Amino acid sequence: MKAMLLKRVLQLVTVVWGVGTLTFILMRSLPGDMAYRIAASRYGQDNVNSEAAALVRQELNLDQGAFAAYWHWLLDLLQFNLGHSLVSGLPVIDAIQHMLGHSLLLALAGLLVSILIAVPVGLFCAWRGNPLDSIFMGLSSMIRAMPVFVLGVLFILLFALHWNWFPVAGFGTPAHLVLPALTLALSLAAVSNRVVRDSAKHTFQAAFYQFSKVKGLSAWQTFRRHGVRNIAVPVVAFFGIQLVSMIEGIVMIESLFSWPGIGHGLAHAIFARDIPVIQGAALVMGVLFVALNTLVDMLCLWIDPRGVREA
Amino acid sequence: MKFTMTGSQWVGLGVLLSLLIFAVLGMMFSPFSISQQDLNAVLDSPSAVHWLGTDHFGRSMLTRMAHAVGLSFALGVLCVVTSSLLGTALGVWAVWGGKKVDHILGVMVNILLALPGLVVVLLFAAIVPGSFWILYLAISLVQWVEYFRVVRAITQNVIHSPARQSSQMMGFGHWYQFKRHIWPAIVPSVFTLAAFGGANAILTMASLGFVYVGIQPPLAELGLMTVELFPFYSDAPWLLAQPLVVIALMVFGFHLLAGKRV
Repeated sequence: MKAMLLKRVLQLVTVVWGVGTLTFILMRSLPGDMAYRIAASRYGQDNVNSEAAALVRQELNLDQGAFAAYWHWLLDLLQFNLGHSLVSGLPVIDAIQHMLGHSLLLALAGLLVSILIAVPVGLFCAWRGNPLDSIFMGLSSMIRAMPVFVLGVLFILLFALHWNWFPVAGFGTPAHLVLPALTLALSLAAVSNRVVRDSAKHTFQAAFYQFSKVKGLSAWQTFRRHGVRNIAVPVVAFFGIQLVSMIEGIVMIESLFSWPGIGHGLAHAIFARDIPVIQGAALVMGVLFVALNTLVDMLCLWIDPRGVREA
Repeated sequence: MKFTMTGSQWVGLGVLLSLLIFAVLGMMFSPFSISQQDLNAVLDSPSAVHWLGTDHFGRSMLTRMAHAVGLSFALGVLCVVTSSLLGTALGVWAVWGGKKVDHILGVMVNILLALPGLVVVLLFAAIVPGSFWILYLAISLVQWVEYFRVVRAITQNVIHSPARQSSQMMGFGHWYQFKRHIWPAIVPSVFTLAAFGGANAILTMASLGFVYVGIQPPLAELGLMTVELFPFYSDAPWLLAQPLVVIALMVFGFHLLAGKRV
């Protein structure tokens, strides 16, 4: 437990350092004079003159050497001083807070629905076997071949534009959440239902499982006492692996559905070259990634106290 | 070494080869260029002149699709070759080179694994927007870690096997030992990883194009074309369908080729 937590703390440090350094390089490698570029994105292309550029240069302290600037950059980061957006001028931290709530809502809803799909389908496939098993596995292979944005586009075309059941994009009402969450959930469930199925099949065929049936427990009792925990360990461990695809899925889905979360913010900031926001968004994603991984590790340990597996 | 493929792997290979042939033929023989506009013929349905129709600027869809598929394959193959060579070499080196090398490489891998791959690629894409080479660099950088981890784990077993050790005691060189003992053990896993890696590289480029920070117009790229054609879905659904179907086919082909599932 202690070793696991220590490893995660180290990971957290590397995330902060990695994102900080990358965005610093990014800041330095902007083509052209930085002050002019920032002035242009602030005041518009037509209103840039050397006066405005000088003002920006002074305000953002752009004249210091590379090494000193890097040092300042990291110090600021350590104090969670993420600076102000180059475009809107608002503090990055406020924007991030706003976006994080939306992203977490989407992630949670997507995860919940994916569990609601993957677990019953997986168990059912393992329990009943062919031909349903093959049908569901073929179906999930097909969904897996579709990138998450293709899935999302199809949903928009069908449910939003063709049948008009749900709004195309935006946020605010529960109806807005349905399509993004469903897209995320299906893309996750198409992979995880296999893991549930394999794990369940493995457990159903195990000697201890057969024995508990032979000794007279009913199917439900056997499942509850001997099945659930054993099936759950690989499944929960797999959710840890799937976190990568979840975060990547969030980036795509938020951009597609104009969901005002971190991924949408990151894509927009990259497009506008708004570096403090890029840094903030990437940082929050990295921290979220580490935090969720830790949570999964702890959950695995709780289900199977015999020890952590190398996942 | 005998290399046998299952039926579904042949199907996957067939799908990929036909797409590749389509791309090569389209790029070689099409009379149009990817940016040649004809505003008198926008959103045309497939005809004898434009076999796959024309887009919202009257550009030939066949030409654009061929170039987009070619670009995806080029990126996929480049990324797979680079990351598999790098990952395999470093994976073997980590085991063979002693504790210090292993430790340093381990730290590097942990840094790369600390962030989700797409976020790393996005950050790199921000440094040089619209560059094919930076995408290639970033995706390869993310992907070699997979090979490294798998190769290192397998090599660790092989290195301590009696067969490899007696081979060393008989005086065979490093290269011979690698070829005779390590390579046969890792090649099935490397192949599977390579097939999934190809699919992921293509997916990543399409994803970046889709959020508009990847390859920039007027170049043809599958993700970018999806966004560009989306507003015309009701006038010309067949146009929007083309990039979507092709992306799915490419990924599906690579997944089938991988054979095993991960």
